[in-house]
Amino acid sequence: MLGLNKKDTTLLLVVAILTLCAPFILNPFPEGSALAQFNAGYPDLMQRFVIFGIFAIGFNILFGLTGYLSFGHAAFLGVGSYSAVWMFKLLSMNVIPAIILSMIVSGLFAVVIGFVSLRRSGIYFSILTLAFAQMSFNLAYSVLTPITNGETGLQLTLNDPRILGMSATADGSIPVTSLFGLEMRSTYQMEVGAWLFQFNAGYYLCAAIMLLAFYLAIRIFRSPFGMMLRAVKSNQQRMRYTGLNPRPYTLAAFVISGMYAGLAGGLMASMDPLAGAERMQWTASGEVVLMTILGGAGTLIGPVLGAGFIKYFENIFSKINDNVLHSWFSFLPDGLEDFIVTIVHPFIGKGWHLTLGILFMLVVIFLPGGLVEGGQRIARLFRGKKTANTSKTKTEPAE
Amino acid sequence: MDAIILQILNGLDKGSAYALIALGLTLIFGTLGVVNFAHGALFMIGSFCAVTLSKILNLSYEVVDPTKKDFLGNPLKVKMPYVESWFGTDMGAAIIDWSVPLAILFSIPVMICIGFIMERGLIKHFYKRPHADQILVTFGLAIVLQEIIKYFYGANPIPTPAPAVFKGSFDFGVILGFDPNTIIYPYWRLVYFGFAALIIGAVFAFLQFTTFGMVVRAGMADRETVGLLGINIDKRFTIMFGLAAAVAGLAGVMYAPINSPNYHMGMDFLVLSFVVVVVGGMGSLPGAVAAGFLLGVLESFASMNQIKSLIPGIDQIIIYLVAIIILLTRPRGLMGRKGVMED
Amino acid sequence: MSKTNLTRRGVLKSGAVAGAGVALPTIFTASSAAAYTNEPTGSTVTLGFNVPQTGPYADEGADELRAYQLAVEHLNGGGDGGMLNTFSSKELKGNGILGKKVEFVTGDTQTKSDAARASAKSMIEKDGAIMITGGSSSGVAVAVQGLCQEAGVIFMAGLTHSNDTTGKDKKANGFRHFFNAYMSGAALAPVLAKAYGTDRKAYHLTADYTWGWTQEESIVAATEALGWQTVNTVKTPLAQTDFSSYIAPVLNSGADVLVLNHYGGNMVNSLTNAVQFGLREKIVNGKQFEIVVPLYSRLMARGAGENVKGIMGTTNWHWSLQDEGSKAFVKSFGTKYGFPPSQAAHTTYCQTLLYADAAQRAGTFNPCGIAEALEGFDFDGLGNGATTYRAADHQCFKDVLVVRGKENPTSEFDLLEIVEITPRGQVEYAADHPMFAGGALGTCNPGA
Repeated sequence: MLGLNKKDTTLLLVVAILTLCAPFILNPFPEGSALAQFNAGYPDLMQRFVIFGIFAIGFNILFGLTGYLSFGHAAFLGVGSYSAVWMFKLLSMNVIPAIILSMIVSGLFAVVIGFVSLRRSGIYFSILTLAFAQMSFNLAYSVLTPITNGETGLQLTLNDPRILGMSATADGSIPVTSLFGLEMRSTYQMEVGAWLFQFNAGYYLCAAIMLLAFYLAIRIFRSPFGMMLRAVKSNQQRMRYTGLNPRPYTLAAFVISGMYAGLAGGLMASMDPLAGAERMQWTASGEVVLMTILGGAGTLIGPVLGAGFIKYFENIFSKINDNVLHSWFSFLPDGLEDFIVTIVHPFIGKGWHLTLGILFMLVVIFLPGGLVEGGQRIARLFRGKKTANTSKTKTEPAE
Repeated sequence: MDAIILQILNGLDKGSAYALIALGLTLIFGTLGVVNFAHGALFMIGSFCAVTLSKILNLSYEVVDPTKKDFLGNPLKVKMPYVESWFGTDMGAAIIDWSVPLAILFSIPVMICIGFIMERGLIKHFYKRPHADQILVTFGLAIVLQEIIKYFYGANPIPTPAPAVFKGSFDFGVILGFDPNTIIYPYWRLVYFGFAALIIGAVFAFLQFTTFGMVVRAGMADRETVGLLGINIDKRFTIMFGLAAAVAGLAGVMYAPINSPNYHMGMDFLVLSFVVVVVGGMGSLPGAVAAGFLLGVLESFASMNQIKSLIPGIDQIIIYLVAIIILLTRPRGLMGRKGVMED
Repeated sequence: MSKTNLTRRGVLKSGAVAGAGVALPTIFTASSAAAYTNEPTGSTVTLGFNVPQTGPYADEGADELRAYQLAVEHLNGGGDGGMLNTFSSKELKGNGILGKKVEFVTGDTQTKSDAARASAKSMIEKDGAIMITGGSSSGVAVAVQGLCQEAGVIFMAGLTHSNDTTGKDKKANGFRHFFNAYMSGAALAPVLAKAYGTDRKAYHLTADYTWGWTQEESIVAATEALGWQTVNTVKTPLAQTDFSSYIAPVLNSGADVLVLNHYGGNMVNSLTNAVQFGLREKIVNGKQFEIVVPLYSRLMARGAGENVKGIMGTTNWHWSLQDEGSKAFVKSFGTKYGFPPSQAAHTTYCQTLLYADAAQRAGTFNPCGIAEALEGFDFDGLGNGATTYRAADHQCFKDVLVVRGKENPTSEFDLLEIVEITPRGQVEYAADHPMFAGGALGTCNPGA
């Protein structure tokens, strides 16, 4: 359907079902239970999952297909956020113009940076993109403060013009972002026994856009254009000898991927109208690289998994503190409880970086294809050897 | 004029730190073909060798001094370092004072060991893996290393002063015929510069004039052929990794008095050192050193008030701007070789 | 999957149904019955402690967290009660807040405005926190304050020193106990003039972001009013670690005082570098060269070691203060953790107590009720003398400490000595002062 083959359709449907049911899936533990700490089904984190999913899908179009490793992709995300917030400040609180503008501006940015950076390949390309992104970050943090509001990040205020909207609501607060009147923060709560599920309008908007972005990515991967990009990765020289100029293809991939990042940035600002300069720092660019590699570069679903994995650790593990630990292990005798808490302590709360670092290493050592390979191995275990080759649906390595 | 000389001095000093880190990074790049994101962490660990030694030398027993009170109003426990009680107060104090130079001796074996363990235990298995995997695993390693340091030493910087004789600064202006106080430069930074020059010279001499170095250079140029000649290049590569770790570590030890070490200093240097290496040209040792000094000097010039008033914010971006210009005019950096890390 | 049932019409229809399903319930987080966001209905109330646990300010964050835990213990009737015993308001009885036991959740701001907001949102949306507090930088404070205003919870700022937090970025739901850059300037300048004379030429190195700028502006204004000249003000990049190229030209500029408008790691490095260059031994214009660090953090100053000796600056609070409140706080903190609290710990402890007391007096957790109770609230016994939460901008006005790096410290905590306690009257300013102009509190937002 929709011009996809059967395997891709299945994949798209699975992803669609998973994202639509995320409020249930991510909240497996009843409210108030000791394990509720691991629930991730609240609006902000769910939004982050899909937004960073979009970011990583876009990054993968460039990296997974062409092999060009951009180390400055966060710049597009940041530019997208700034454009969106400016749209909220000047025009209206509707998210549609903001998202459109963020894609246009980041696309233009990508054309310029891509045009220059793509003159080089390999690590030279990586460093060029890194240099552009770091320059954007440093300037946004300091000299460009009138545009970016520097350290604090660009925020809405009560005296923004908002030509098509209102500067302040009747009760004197800043209006909230909306989609033709549907507030992005509005949340429907459903209580089922001990469980509490939250259905957030903003999340479903992001999820719908992510599905669209995912569908588009599948189409690109399977198109002649995608084939051309793979050709760039495997052997540029041969491509040139056959009379094809790889530059327009790589530039197109770079711009598409930059617009994906801009879209992610615009969505981030639409969910939470703030644009901080840190979004452009090299660590943020590094993060999307890690997400993609961790999930499985060149696979369709891998980057999304990687994005979810990292964001989950950042938001869930960092919030576990010693009190929570004590409540988990309170059934143990006192001495043993303290002992276990002492052992676990360095890995949670302020130690979440450590856990993440260890997991990076474990994944890359034992699962060379990233999380996707882990999934395949499990799938193979269940299916047995006979159907081992069918599990290729998901990977489809880029080469 | 004096301002320019001053900034050249500054630039050489900054450049020597960049060059030392970039040198180790290039050694690993060039010989092993590994993108080592943990190299900054090695520099950081070097600094913490200095911190650790000074902590060891300051290991103390407590003497209760009834005349003074601590913050809760209890009698104050005064710390007496063991070193002082063993070697006498003067000698002990002198040893503690010289802890940073002593840490050089302490750090070499430590860093070589860490390098060996890293290479044998982890990096070795990644020679044939894609660069993406190398980035992920070494980045993970860097995070783990720095979190371990943070666990033991906290997040705040730890003061690690240079020996008292190196305190204060040297007045170059007087020698060159300027007014006093126009060109002053701290003694320890001069020491750092000299030390860096020494290390860089030693590494080059080692690679140039020893058989071992010759084999490694041959391996850098064409690893397969060297292997076919029946030379065990792997073992030599392990040693090279240890050497690179030691160079990074020494750079870190000597850097400790300049800026108090903290656990994330490696990450602060990581991006910069990659830029330096790439601007110098992948796989080129002289390129890395030259780029280190070049970027150091340019960075110093960009921070001059006269230049900042012409182009506001130039000191924020100068390094990256220079990197872009060089990479666009010289496709493989200053002295890069064709085909290294280009795919 | 058969292709037939996905006609264009079918897709449109199902899309419309799905759209309607999403569009119908337009209710914000709290269920419609609640009067305000996260109204506590059970026997407990949850506070959100949002502090830097990773990154360069992790140690300050850890100290803030210790203070929060201590405050919660005291509010729930545990420990020795700390400053509850010296606090001028006697509403809190050690049985939680309004009879509800106080619980807390923690999060990591990473000292990034984005991450801080994510963490605060998760506390509000997932854990039902009724109040957010903490932070160790002004950027984070302003960002989280904006979020709390939108979400309808109270924000009790932690360590934030920029004028903007209660100036152009002030919010009706946000409150700051910590002092600000203007107060630093007003308190420091007279002491500097007394110690170093009124005929001085100052050279400023300033961290190139909003906090640095407001501090530079404040110090320049305050010192120039007393006759000092400002030779030059130079911005340094935030990511700078080696300040040598900024410090080297200082001596040559004819300045005889160097003002370092840096905080945290920047401050440690720039001060260390300045001392390395031997600036403090120099005689310029016939006067001893001096270095000034307007905002001191004792925790970070430890990183500069011996270099802080004799350097003047200001702080919000110091453990060596001898009033009853400070002594009680130092005693209970020191007994529990084994070392004295930092100013970050003090301000966050106070903020928690002030919030709890306001809720108790208001008789509700409704942010608007609490805001009303805090506005114009006069109190004493929390270590800074008589203090007022001004209604016009939600800034606390209290005495400011001018401190100097101690020459002969007796322990690793004994780094600073108090030079002067500048009385509150000297650091007060009008709510519409130009340095604080440009923003509006707006109205308090209870959410829901």
